[in-house]
Amino acid sequence: MPLRDITLDDIESLAVGAWVLGTGGGGSPYLGLLNMRALYKEGLRVQLMSSDELADDDWIAAVSNMGAPLVGQERLTDSRTIARAVALMEEHTGAKFRGIMSLEIGGGNSIQPLMAAAHLKRPVIDSDMMGRAYPEAQMTSVAVGDLKPCPLTSVDVRGLESVVDSVPTWKWMERVSRKICVEYGSIASTCKAPRTGAEVKKWGIHGTTTKAIAIGHAVREAQRRHEDPIAAILGVEPGKVLYRGKVADVERRATEGFLRGRTRLDGMDDHKGATLEINFQNEWIVAWLDGKPIAMSPDLICVLDSVSGEAVGTETIRYGQRVTVIALPPPKVFLSEKGLAHVGPRAFGYDIDFKSVFA
Amino acid sequence: MRRIGIDVGGTNTDAVLIEEGKVVRAVKAPTSEDVTTGILDSLKSLGSTGVLSGKRIDGVMIGTTHFINAVVQRRHLSKVAALRLGMPASASLPPFCDWPEDLAELVRGGVWMVEGGHEYDGRPFMPLDEAAVIRAAGEMKAKGLKSVAISSIFSPLDPSHERRAAELVAAVLPDAVITCSSDLGRIGLLERENAGLLNAALADLSRDTIAAFEKAIADSGINAPLFITQNDGTVAEAHQARRLPVYSFASGATNSMRGAAYLSGLSDAMVVDVGGTTTDVGQLKHGFPREANSVVKVGGVRTLFRMPDLLSIGLGGGSHVSLDPIKVGPVSVGYRLLRDGIAFGGKQLTTTDIAVASGVLTLGDKGKVAHLDTAACQKVFAEAARLAEEAIDRMKTEAGDVPLIAVGGGAFLIPDKLPGVSQVIHVEHGDCANAVGAAIAQVSGECDQIFKDMARTDAIASAQGIANDRAVAAGADRKTLSTIESEDMPLAYLPGNSVRVRVRVVGDVAAS
Repeated sequence: MPLRDITLDDIESLAVGAWVLGTGGGGSPYLGLLNMRALYKEGLRVQLMSSDELADDDWIAAVSNMGAPLVGQERLTDSRTIARAVALMEEHTGAKFRGIMSLEIGGGNSIQPLMAAAHLKRPVIDSDMMGRAYPEAQMTSVAVGDLKPCPLTSVDVRGLESVVDSVPTWKWMERVSRKICVEYGSIASTCKAPRTGAEVKKWGIHGTTTKAIAIGHAVREAQRRHEDPIAAILGVEPGKVLYRGKVADVERRATEGFLRGRTRLDGMDDHKGATLEINFQNEWIVAWLDGKPIAMSPDLICVLDSVSGEAVGTETIRYGQRVTVIALPPPKVFLSEKGLAHVGPRAFGYDIDFKSVFA
Repeated sequence: MRRIGIDVGGTNTDAVLIEEGKVVRAVKAPTSEDVTTGILDSLKSLGSTGVLSGKRIDGVMIGTTHFINAVVQRRHLSKVAALRLGMPASASLPPFCDWPEDLAELVRGGVWMVEGGHEYDGRPFMPLDEAAVIRAAGEMKAKGLKSVAISSIFSPLDPSHERRAAELVAAVLPDAVITCSSDLGRIGLLERENAGLLNAALADLSRDTIAAFEKAIADSGINAPLFITQNDGTVAEAHQARRLPVYSFASGATNSMRGAAYLSGLSDAMVVDVGGTTTDVGQLKHGFPREANSVVKVGGVRTLFRMPDLLSIGLGGGSHVSLDPIKVGPVSVGYRLLRDGIAFGGKQLTTTDIAVASGVLTLGDKGKVAHLDTAACQKVFAEAARLAEEAIDRMKTEAGDVPLIAVGGGAFLIPDKLPGVSQVIHVEHGDCANAVGAAIAQVSGECDQIFKDMARTDAIASAQGIANDRAVAAGADRKTLSTIESEDMPLAYLPGNSVRVRVRVVGDVAAS
């Protein structure tokens, strides 16, 4: 099965499923979805390709939108800008991309490769580099694999175009590309360091677009049939329910460019009398049940509206919401010692050993 | 201070006279197709006992669902010219891009997108392309469009491009009604622009409706300024309200919450407004409803209006009841209660029948519901209480017991004790709480913007100054201003200690 057509209904599901995989962050996929509706209305279509189909010497573009979600609410995502970032990378490197993949399947970046793919008539590769959303550039499978962090292209809709040609580390890439993004007005469409087919096959996190579509489809179908959407998610993903409760408190603060804080939940049903606290840094990072850590990154902690099954984000969660907290299994690449150094609890400042919900 | 408050609802037009802080008289009249007649009838009824004769009335405050109904029912809408300043950004998602197709067909008169707009920190995004704006205005004129909605990127931070464009359009189209999105609110271009487009679409209806209100008041012989109540529980003078009809979209629910605050004397409490079909639950903070901070859909269009944060559930005085298994609502007999309820000779068991059977209400024919035993009635009340309790708990923003004010015609469904509630308060004239809320409305001003490189307290103080000036511009007496909401949110990803501050102030209407 070399290429599969992605229908508009798949993209509607992707928007819901990617928000779940966003684990509280990643930005809303709504404007990306609107762009795709417009592109499909114009007659453009996108196809999905498994990484198995790649030749080792193919070149793959990895894309993401960078910047402040708030700026994105005013300077609305335009599908052509991300396509331009990919084209600029081809001009710069001379390589022709076989396909386009997402840096981050969680949240709005799940749809960025589809927008570029529609304009450039290439397939979307069914893999990403996080399997979820994470706040920092070195929190990717390719950074764990010590793959080359450069070059990067960064494009602003006004025709401002930059190439970060050479940096020694992922951290340096984060610093330099962030500066460019801020000058643009805190929003930029970026194409990350090109990857070979061999690199994608070895270091990519595979099947994640398909997974996000399946999760979103399960939620939407359950909503339509008035069934339990959370049971529906667990029907398509080997996840575990951690807790059901009600939001009792939310505390947020912005430090070093991140939204940090915690939320406290009061238990309901089976969890009555127990308190769950979840710390976040843009995304949900560690969940503590009555003071004991029960789930932590890289396990995916997903906070879902108990009725609709849709994800609840760290920017919007508020007192009184009825939520169900589930864990989904993490990408294997993050379970190695090096992987945990990048995205384990200590990478976020929690001095605890990683213990998976699924161990 | 003597004011008349009027609520023009779907079924009834309620009117109250408030004198020196007391409800002197409250009346109900059926709402009429032409609106004017219903208002005139209620005013006549209000004056019939002579309470108005020879007295100076300081203001007539009207709350109405007229404008939101026009959008929901797709009636009386004007064609709108959409002018967006912000090219080359956002071009793939033009104005009307996420509207229901039927509504877009009715309202979309044309779309123009030109260079302009600002950055999040106030730098210009692109210089305003004045020549393109003038060209667009010429094309609007050629198409015969008279209602224009202008939006611009980050205009809540810097409205100068929208204002300049409005001047340029007005020079070409002197008779046009122009809505600037910065007059309507918050960050979120599509939602703010949608609000502007809806507002422009209501331009003709707004002019006609407010003229009808003014005529009804003049015909009734009352000589007093007219105010229209707003979504946030304040009022705007008629001439300003005419310009921004979308601001009065949700004023009915807000007015009943404000009325509840007034009648109970409480400023911080939960309010439950039980009507015939639905129960609205909201929270009063400093005497005003807490606002929704998220997307509100109106007639299928995403907006970010200043709207009260309400939870509506299908519970009311007309709710269908089945006894085995026990079920209350969400279906209701609605306005057919007096025909379809068992106590009134109909066939459908309702919550009102249960109240009649158990002696809570004296209505209809008690003999017709004599077969309902006490145990069954208690089960129904318990189920209604459970539904209300869950909704109330969902709307609380903090743990702990809070007082609850129960208003509306179906308030009998709310028991005197509820978990999570310190005290349930039933008030006199509670069934006219919405008209009371209209009568007591104040004027507000709001500021919602991002401040950079400022200490938090300085940012809040700046926001407060802007909100104060806006309230005074809207007709408030500066001496009476007080801050009723102050919220700040640090912004992730933005550099330089960026903080988004939202402040709202209110004051009494300034004597004219």
